[in-house]
Parts: sequence; C-alpha cells; structure tokens
Amino acid sequence: MLKILKYSFYDLMRSRWSYVYFLFYLALGFVLLFLNNDVSKAVITLMNIIIVLVPLIGTIFGVMYYYNSKEFTELLLAQPIKRSSIFLGQYFGVAGSLTLSLVLGLGIPFVLYGLLRSDAIFDFSMLLLIGAFLTLIFTALSFNIALSNENKIKGFGYAVLLWLFLAVVYDGLFLMSLILFEEYPLDNFSLFATMLNPIDLSRTLILLKLDISALLGYTGAVFKSFFGTSLGLFISFLMLTLWTVIPVLRLIFKSRKKDF
Amino acid sequence: MIQIDNLYKKFGKNEVLCGIELDITKGGIIAVLGPNGSGKTTLIKSILGMVIPNKGAISIDGKSIKNQWKYRQEIEYLPQIANFPSNLKVKELVRMIKDLRQCESNENALIELFGLTPFLDKKLATLSGGTKQKVNILLTFMFDSPLIILDEPTTGLDPVALIRLKELIGTEKEKGKTILVTSHIMQFVEEIADRVIYLLEGQVYFQGSLDELKKQTNQNNVEHAIAAIATTSHA
Ligand SMILES: Nc1ncnc2c1ncn2[C@@H]1O[C@H](COP(=O)(O)OP(=O)(O)O)[C@@H](O)[C@H]1O
Ligand SMILES: [Mg+2]
Repeated sequence: MLKILKYSFYDLMRSRWSYVYFLFYLALGFVLLFLNNDVSKAVITLMNIIIVLVPLIGTIFGVMYYYNSKEFTELLLAQPIKRSSIFLGQYFGVAGSLTLSLVLGLGIPFVLYGLLRSDAIFDFSMLLLIGAFLTLIFTALSFNIALSNENKIKGFGYAVLLWLFLAVVYDGLFLMSLILFEEYPLDNFSLFATMLNPIDLSRTLILLKLDISALLGYTGAVFKSFFGTSLGLFISFLMLTLWTVIPVLRLIFKSRKKDF
Repeated sequence: MIQIDNLYKKFGKNEVLCGIELDITKGGIIAVLGPNGSGKTTLIKSILGMVIPNKGAISIDGKSIKNQWKYRQEIEYLPQIANFPSNLKVKELVRMIKDLRQCESNENALIELFGLTPFLDKKLATLSGGTKQKVNILLTFMFDSPLIILDEPTTGLDPVALIRLKELIGTEKEKGKTILVTSHIMQFVEEIADRVIYLLEGQVYFQGSLDELKKQTNQNNVEHAIAAIATTSHA
C-alpha cells in the first residue's frame, strides 16, 4: 500500500492543482493576518472559510483523482497487489497531499506572524486538526461515490450534491425544525443532529474552543455543557473518526466486488 | 495449469459467460477466439481477478484464485486497450512497474527490439496508438513469468513490430511457457497457435487443434472454419 500511496502522492504533488490549493491557503493566511492584525480573529474568519471550503476541495479532488487515475488503477489491478492496497493507497495519497497543502499553506503565514508565541496556538492547531479530518472524511465520501458511479458526470454531480447537502441544506433543515418544534425541548435533538453532520460538528467544536458560545444563545449553553466537557470532546472526535473509518471500510468492501 | 469450472458472469442483464469449462494444460500457445463481445476479454480478466465471476471457480496450478493476489506475480498480462497514466514518461512507467513487481526484468533488450529508445523521455499521452502498443508489449514481456496472457496483441502494430512480436512469442514458448492469446487476425492465429478455444454465446463451443477445427467444419482454411461455426450456430 505504501508504494501506491507514494506514487499517488507524488503524482498529485506534481500536479498544478496542489500548488493552487497550497498558494490559496498561503495567500488566505497572509491576507487574514494582515487585515485582522490579530491571530485570534484571523482564526475565526479562517474557520468559517475552512469549514465550507475544505470539504468542497476534498470532494472535488477525490472525485477528479479517482476518475483521472482510472488507467493507473487498471494497470495496478493486473499486478500482484491487493485490491484494498490499491484503493487505500490512492485514497491516502489524495487526502495526504491535500492535508499537507492545508497545513503548510496556513501554517507558514501563522508561524511567521508569531503564532508560536501567541495563545491562539491551541485554537489554531485544533483548526488544522479539524481541517485534516474534514479532508479525510470528504475525500473518502467522494471516492465512494466515484467507485459506485461509472459515469463521471453523475459521480461528480452526486459528490457536489452531498457537499451542498451537508454544508448548506442540512443547516437550513436543522434551523427549520428548531422553529417548527419550538415548544418541544430540543436539546438532545440539536446535539444529535449536530453530531450527525461532520461539518456542523466541526464548526461547533471550534466555536466552543474559541469560547464564543455565548453568541449561540441558549443552545450554546446546552452545547457548551456537552461539548465543553472532556467526554463531549471525546465523543465528538470519535464521531469524526467514525465519519472517516466507515466510508473507508465501505471503499475496501465495495472495491473487492467491482469489475474492471 | 488453468482450470475453469462452471464459470458464470453477467453484467447487469447481459449474460456474458454461461458455464465455461476449461482445462488449459501447461506449455504452448492457446488462442481464444470468438466474435466481438463473446466474452474473451471477460474470461481473461476473470483469470486475472479483475472481473469477479458470479459463479464458478478458477484455479491456477491447483490453487483457487478467489480473493488472492500473489498469483499475479506469475502472470504477464497485455491488456486489450493500452491505457496508461498519461502524465508519466515511458521511462517512469517502466521504472514504476519494475518497482511494483520487484523482480528480474530485461527491458533494455526489448526497448532495443521495438525501437523505443527515442520515446523513453516522452509522455505517454503524446504517443501514437502503435507506439503505445509497443510500450504495452514491453511492459508485458520484460518479466519472466510462466503464464503469459495477451489480449489482442497485434492491435496497431506495423509489419516489422508484428514480426518481432511473433518471434518474441515463439521464444517464450520455447522456454516452456503457457501463452494465452486472443486475436481477430486469423493469419496470426494460424501461424502461432497450437490449440484454439472458440467461445460462443457464453460457452466453449470448440476446443482443440486447428487441424481438428478444420476437420470438424469440413473447411480447409481457418477463416472459413470460423465463419462456418458462426453460421451453423445461428442456423
Ligand atoms: N465492465 C463491464 N461492464 C459492463 N459490461 C461489460 C463490461 N465488460 C464487458 N462488458 C460486456 O460484456 C460483453 C463481452 O465483452 P468482452 O469480454 O470485452 O468481449 P470480447 O473481448 O470477446 O470482444 C460485451 O457485451 C460487453 O459490452
Ligand atoms: Mg476483447
């Protein structure tokens, strides 16, 4: 698997898009620090961007890489290599190179700005950790979609729809249900609904970490009493891990049965 | 060498292989024939584990290949369509496959034989169909495995390359290897094949030597013999 990972990783590292992605974050980091002149504020703005953009990029790169490397995959399938190694290697190659672009692209400006001496270092590390999780999750989801759809355009469409659903529509439905069922106690429902969407979960984790939960009002208090505890934090990261592991397992399982 | 027992494969509603029974013994060149879409590639890919059969068993040297992958170390495979990662150079592709296979290879002699030296630094996307096929042949023959599977190896080759390919197949046969080949070019089949397998409607319609095929169909030319099978089966 490591060999496949190596080739996929190099392949991506040589592609123009990895640089675009890296340079984008580099520019974003510098601009935010320049405009905000304050690491903590920059982290918040950054979060709002990361939470939406990282899943989108993971989705698009995942689908694109899968379809574009069809030839590479077919070549590998005829070699003495386990199927799961082929797909896992490619998956980690994509997710790894995206994560590297993210961490380096954002890390460099923040380190130069004096992050290491500021208190924001934990918030910032949390942000990067969550960015890494979101990359792993959405790349895995998009690989699954691509594997199940021979038709490129369909696969691309489904993947973007999934992103749109989790990043935008889900929140809308969530808010609507909160308004519709106003009279009922919705604490557990809210917690549960947040847990089930990796994007919402990530946002909540960062907001609470930044201690601006007061902005969220009553629900914020409920959330803080849950996510603020170490058990809550543990469960949240467990959920993010499950969101990563389950699609990866499905990928292994489905790839075993596929014809090429 | 290869035993295939009651093999079934369908893609959606399209039943491609319906109970294939084959016992391919070691050594010699076996041609797999059949009309377009008769499942030759599907059969080959099933042996390689790229296509997963719905039913039936395949074993190589007495060992079932189901869910296995190490056995592919013993197989050299030339795919029907030479699809390669387009952003790699020929040289890089050769190096990569060697790295993945981790065994002895004689690529230099083959690069020489097919005149590929000027293309080593070119990206695969820029090569013509025939040159890609030569690269395909290079990647297949550069290792030394007892079983060689060639799916339409003559596609796109110029006459010189075709002669080289036939020589190459001949040398490998002399080493006692088993070579499974599909082709539409009857002249090519006639020149090289020791035995033929004819697939029709998902089953092995005929199996034996070319002479037996001619005798059975009352024809003295392989092309006509094949045509005779096609017409009698539809009558
Ligand atoms: N991956 C696949 N998905 C769906 N149908 C397939 C697939 N591979 C082959 N087929 C179908 O199976 C039939 C046999 O194809 P193939 O084995 O390539 O035939 P041949 O090599 O004898 O020309 C064809 O009808 C083809 O469309
Ligand atoms: Mg074919």
